[in-house]
Amino acid sequence: MTVMQHIWIVLGVLFVFLNIAAGLIWVERRLLAMWQDRLGPNRAGPLGLMIVLADTLKLFFKEDWIPPFADKWVFIFAPAIVVASVLMSFVIIPFAPGILVADLNVGLLFFLAMSSLGVYSIVLGGWASNNKYSLLGALRGASQMIAYEVFMGLSLMGVVMLSRSFNLAEIVAAQEKVWFVFLQPVGFVIFFIAGLAETHRLPFDIPESESELIAGFHAEYSGMKFGMFFIGEYLGITLISAMTVTLFFGGWLGPAFLPPVVWFFLKTFVFIGLFILLRASLPRPRYDQLLEYGWKLLLPLVLVNLLVTGAIALWMKH
Amino acid sequence: MPILFYLSSAVAIIATIMVITRYHPIHALLYLVVSFLAIAMVFLSLGAPFAAALEVIVYAGAIMVLFIFVVMMLNLGKETAAQEKDWLRPAVWIGPGVLTLVLLMEMSILLLAPPQRNVAVAVVTPKQVALSLYGEYIIAVELIGFLLTTGIVGAAHIGKQKKKSLHRFLQA
Amino acid sequence: MISHLRTMWLVFLHLFHKRETIQYPEEKVAMRPRWRGRIVLTKDPDGGERCVGCYLCAAACPVDCIALQAAEDENGRRYPEFFRINFSRCIFCGYCEEACPTYAIQLTPDFEMAEYRRQDLVYEKEDLLIDSQGKYPGYNFYKMAGLSAGVKEKGKGENEEAPVDIKSLLP
Repeated sequence: MTVMQHIWIVLGVLFVFLNIAAGLIWVERRLLAMWQDRLGPNRAGPLGLMIVLADTLKLFFKEDWIPPFADKWVFIFAPAIVVASVLMSFVIIPFAPGILVADLNVGLLFFLAMSSLGVYSIVLGGWASNNKYSLLGALRGASQMIAYEVFMGLSLMGVVMLSRSFNLAEIVAAQEKVWFVFLQPVGFVIFFIAGLAETHRLPFDIPESESELIAGFHAEYSGMKFGMFFIGEYLGITLISAMTVTLFFGGWLGPAFLPPVVWFFLKTFVFIGLFILLRASLPRPRYDQLLEYGWKLLLPLVLVNLLVTGAIALWMKH
Repeated sequence: MPILFYLSSAVAIIATIMVITRYHPIHALLYLVVSFLAIAMVFLSLGAPFAAALEVIVYAGAIMVLFIFVVMMLNLGKETAAQEKDWLRPAVWIGPGVLTLVLLMEMSILLLAPPQRNVAVAVVTPKQVALSLYGEYIIAVELIGFLLTTGIVGAAHIGKQKKKSLHRFLQA
Repeated sequence: MISHLRTMWLVFLHLFHKRETIQYPEEKVAMRPRWRGRIVLTKDPDGGERCVGCYLCAAACPVDCIALQAAEDENGRRYPEFFRINFSRCIFCGYCEEACPTYAIQLTPDFEMAEYRRQDLVYEKEDLLIDSQGKYPGYNFYKMAGLSAGVKEKGKGENEEAPVDIKSLLP
């Protein structure tokens, strides 16, 4: 691959995913409306698609307010972390054979590392706002994300065992015969739940729960800084969906009548829809319920899953 | 690539110096995170991507978040910064400064004495790490396992609360 | 877990349900005749004002948005000198309509009364008075009432007995 090709792929990935994240504003609001028997935004432009532009412009023109009581530099720095860490994770996702930014040997670990860095945006944003609701949101966010990171990593180890590689392209190639979702159903479910918690999307949005913490960790943010959190959340959804597809649903693999990239994005959009469906249908659990659910149910489950997978893999080998 | 190695080492050292000299605990911790990330880069440039990833996941991602978490809860204000300033008087620096200078001299002698041995950069795959962990160093892994189990049991014991708190009207 | 999945499935099915949205400016809401909207003052069949300035509506109004001043013309017929409703306060409860003894004040099925300036929401008598009998066509208070106010003589009304001659002893 030449340097120019590489640069084109990087720019393409950046362009496509930033646009998907922005487009999700419209997708989410339309889908939520559909599931509530409404129509959703349909005024600006054809099918209301221009709502994306309108929303972005609105965010740009809002006052960029830094509270006088905030810790200025940390306050500015925090929203950048979430976008940066999520965008970094897209580096390792193979969209089609040969179309990926970096063919990392430890791709899966890189993804986990980047998603673990994403916590900082919540913790620092909440702390730097110097506001009690923000701080509570930050504390919740930190404990939730650290807890769910643990079994997000563990739930993926079954996939690693089956494919014998941390490299995502190899993991996809290993699903040529059968998708890992059929071999690792428990791993898939737990990864998806942990992904929900990592992106702090509803129903696991307790760091920002509007009803108790009035937007929690980003209560003090406005303008484009809030927009960063916003776009970071949508990028997170896209990332988790893309990872789910790559790890459990055969990535670009699919019948030959469509090109691999199309298969990849089709599958990804199904999972983005699932994320939004979860938001539309399930209520938010209480904070202690969430942590108890994580440590007392999911952690033992994922360990048992790991044990059984390892045992079967060993048995198949002999 | 040696340039990357030296660059990230420089970042690590500068960040670590900043950790020591910051008065505000959260800022110091942020520099510590940067230092960990730089060290992960060092590992990566030395051909240990697995160690680099674990450094980020475990240290930068989990342990430092807990540190920041605790410091946030302590709600350290301006007084602590003043206290910190008081502690970091120049006189305090002399003792540790002299001692580290000795270490620095030792290191520079070691580095400069033999004529530039080339450090062979060999990529260590996760498989190699796993094999050596569960082959050669199995005892260490088991011991650490014991230690962690003890920690978990202890934490569970401390965290277990049987006491029910009743409202004062409901207390007999 | 099963109940969660069931919930998600049922919510998903809503994709194929009928939309409840009414696309308002293009598509109007079907208003019921008894909808409590903009308040009007009606007239009787002869074209006279029904309002007799009794202040009952102002007294009944829970948010005190009605202000009026009664006056009397040369025939002894009462009418409001001014009648003012502050619609930025009005809560459209309809108590004034219930309180009105002459069916003068009525609520209509109209809610499209947004303004850019708050002062424009204060309606004077000219704005309120409509050339219609509202929900009670044919009703004329002064034809029922037992007093002469230029509409009819005393005792000439519907179901009204002739006035009693108080000087006479006959029953």
